[in-house]
Amino acid sequence: MVYDVAIIGAGVIGCSLARELSRYRCSVALVEKENDVAMGTTRANSAIIHAGYDPEPGTLMAKYNVEGNRLAGDICEELDVPFRRCGSFVLAFDEGDMKTVRHLYENGLKNGVPGVRVLTAAEVKAMEPNVSDEVAGALYAPSAGIINPWEFALAMAENAVENGVKLVLNFKVSGLEKDGDVFALESESGERLEARFVVNCAGVHSDEVAGMAGDRSFSIDASKGQYYLLDKSQGGLFDHVMFQCPGPLGKGVLVSPTIHGNLIVGPDAIPGSPRDNVGTDRKGLAYVMEHAKKMTGAINFRENIRNFAGLRSQPSTGDFIVGPSEADSHFFNIAGIKSPGLSCAPAIAADVKDMLLKAGVPGEEKENVVRGRRVVRFRDLGDGEKAEVIKKDPAYGRVICRCETITEGEIVACIHSPIPPVSIDGVKRRCNAGMGRCQGGFCGPRVLEILSRELGIPPEQVMKDRAGSYVLLGKTQKGGDR
Amino acid sequence: MYYNVVVIGGGPAGLAAAEEAARDGAGSVLILERDRELGGILNQCIHSGFGLHYFKEQLTGPEYAQRFIDRLSGTGIDVKTDTMVLNITPDKKIYAVSSKDGYMCIEAGAIVLAMGCRERTRGAISIPGERPSGVFTAGAAQRYLNIEGYMCGKKVLILGSGDIGLIMARRMTLEGAEVKAVVELMPYSNGLKRNIAQCLNDYDIPLYLSHTVTDIRGKTRLEQAVVSEVDEHFVPIPGTETVFDVDTLLLSVGLIPENEVSKTAGVEIDRRTNGAVVSEDMMTGVEGIFACGNVLHVHDLVDFVTHEAEKAGKGAAEYIKNKGVPGGEGRVTRLLNGQFVGYTVPQKVHTERVDKFIEVLFRVKNVVNNAVVLVKAGDDVLMSTKRQQMLPAEMEKLILPKKVFDAAAGRDIEITVVKEDEAK
Repeated sequence: MVYDVAIIGAGVIGCSLARELSRYRCSVALVEKENDVAMGTTRANSAIIHAGYDPEPGTLMAKYNVEGNRLAGDICEELDVPFRRCGSFVLAFDEGDMKTVRHLYENGLKNGVPGVRVLTAAEVKAMEPNVSDEVAGALYAPSAGIINPWEFALAMAENAVENGVKLVLNFKVSGLEKDGDVFALESESGERLEARFVVNCAGVHSDEVAGMAGDRSFSIDASKGQYYLLDKSQGGLFDHVMFQCPGPLGKGVLVSPTIHGNLIVGPDAIPGSPRDNVGTDRKGLAYVMEHAKKMTGAINFRENIRNFAGLRSQPSTGDFIVGPSEADSHFFNIAGIKSPGLSCAPAIAADVKDMLLKAGVPGEEKENVVRGRRVVRFRDLGDGEKAEVIKKDPAYGRVICRCETITEGEIVACIHSPIPPVSIDGVKRRCNAGMGRCQGGFCGPRVLEILSRELGIPPEQVMKDRAGSYVLLGKTQKGGDR
Repeated sequence: MYYNVVVIGGGPAGLAAAEEAARDGAGSVLILERDRELGGILNQCIHSGFGLHYFKEQLTGPEYAQRFIDRLSGTGIDVKTDTMVLNITPDKKIYAVSSKDGYMCIEAGAIVLAMGCRERTRGAISIPGERPSGVFTAGAAQRYLNIEGYMCGKKVLILGSGDIGLIMARRMTLEGAEVKAVVELMPYSNGLKRNIAQCLNDYDIPLYLSHTVTDIRGKTRLEQAVVSEVDEHFVPIPGTETVFDVDTLLLSVGLIPENEVSKTAGVEIDRRTNGAVVSEDMMTGVEGIFACGNVLHVHDLVDFVTHEAEKAGKGAAEYIKNKGVPGGEGRVTRLLNGQFVGYTVPQKVHTERVDKFIEVLFRVKNVVNNAVVLVKAGDDVLMSTKRQQMLPAEMEKLILPKKVFDAAAGRDIEITVVKEDEAK
């Protein structure tokens, strides 16, 4: 078949757009090179929905941020995605920083950010006692929030799939040909997929994909950022997202509670990083720790449970690239989606959806669109609800992940969701099993066993994460019979 | 639901505590176990060497556990397996779930915490690099091999010379894997001497002291681990890198008592042991809540866990029989850590309740040769004892007779280690 639209890349941008389009009578394929959605930048970032005071007025970033922030709240409510508008601070430590804070305040007013104000040092200390005594003042933006970014993308992708979008995983686009008005996408392994419109949401690879369509108007630089994720023992140190004043390489090192109750610290910024390497290094991690210590002395880094790194797409144009390509009016780019891309995603998707319908994608609205999504999170239930849910399904009485209190019921439910996970980390991204302080040391083998049982595949075929990340390499001499 | 004593955890500590509590007349006793079977981590420890002290014979882990499981029959002790405790309150209500019993609240006269410990992970020591599969804690690998029956690696490097890592070096070798080396950050091994001999030396597996893993490479499965030598501040020395082509990295870099449930009841945690602060009867700072085994502090040998758990079980039984702390709180002597001493268990002693003596377990922070252990109150040396060699990896035991507490006359007691020549 020939799809009306093929979206290349199932990160938060591709998933947002897929969900937008899934309400219309057009056929959509969401094409992803990995074995799951949200496998790139979407799963390794600061997990913040920004208020919108950072971007300079007049940029696309400014245009989409405030609206994206508002929409994100609505979508999270509708799709049951954890999100909390905790507010953010930009801390100033000297008069130079205060100048920046006042400039950001002006930006905030121009960009229409609700409730921004400049706080004195005393006001900051009253709201966040763990901030360094050196603080001189801060910008406060109550509408900033913290989110689970991969669940945000996943929930939108699930909703899109439920409404008829075809998700094509393990399809790495290696070529793009056009015959008449039909694009043919070729995968590395020789598959083909045809579509009348193509939207390039390929993240750090979006310049490569644009190049396949003859569009060489921009290039992407991958800027790596590394993080610490600390135990929940540190999660209560701050109530708000704590930024430092932004520098030429980005927003700098932040300290923030996460939606899961941990504390996140990072990132650094290493421009010119390879596109296929999200490894951490000693130097970068030391940089992050040192810069966090400028903001607060309260963090116990011995409580670290995980380090990770993500890549940001820095476009050669300096701003987001959104819209039809000059090379082909049916080839759209959503590229260079650096920070605040996560925050902007819903607004970009709504805008590009309108552009596509105007350009000829069938725009008749579907009837009976599935709108909601409800997830049982056993840990968050009240006593009576816990009893009730176990009575209905005893699997909710068996705790598999002890650190995060995740039950077998939740794991089985996610394996049978619209986009079934095929890996231990896929289960982790859906229901948090293995997210905690033991990092899956105890529950990993049990999750593997449940995946094998529920998917009907041998244990050796269960991956840790992406395709090829084997966990088991065979049986022991007398093993594997159970 | 009410029980006089509820034991949380059915591993070696919980089993011994429950049995002892019942034997001492505690009345109704319940064990709550999160796994499907009793025995705890012993079930995956299929090597031998357990029970040398307690049973005076060599047993495997499952055999050692089974002796205690067998002894439960006829004691009237109730057991709920596949049951996870979510939280407990200071007035000793236990909230737990299981598939069979649903969500339940169990009231207890006394609680014994026996939840064991967990392994430190890659994140805890911030090993940089990529995030391929093939990086396991040694205990997780042990489970895959010994419980599930699957190999999780063929070419193996082990970071950390903790006992589980050493045991897994031998185990994986016997299953046909090639174990290239064990790498240890410290200038000395963190495992028992007998494990170094029997698990590494006997199989020609090299041990690199003062080395660590400084990079992990591989997009999907682990391909390479980079090992560097470290200086005296544990900082990697540039230019000393060696690349190991391995598909598996096992981490045996320490154990942490698992006290998240203890904290929900407000139990005070000693930051040196990461376990509860206890007195000589193993009672925590919360009246009627006791702790023992690896949830209290990490032990080298299960035999010592059993011994400690029996004290906790006895303490819980006494607490029930006396309807409170026997003889009241009374005077409390604190045990202070002097030179080289990392921690002591117990941390405090009810002076008036010392009958003949109490046992103190402690660890040194460094290797000390020709050592003298001094027990002091202020500047007065109340007792001294020689030790040829003291190792951080091996727990030390000290018997403090009643006369030491009499001589301290209400002062806190300090345990300190000096070198023999300093002692003169």
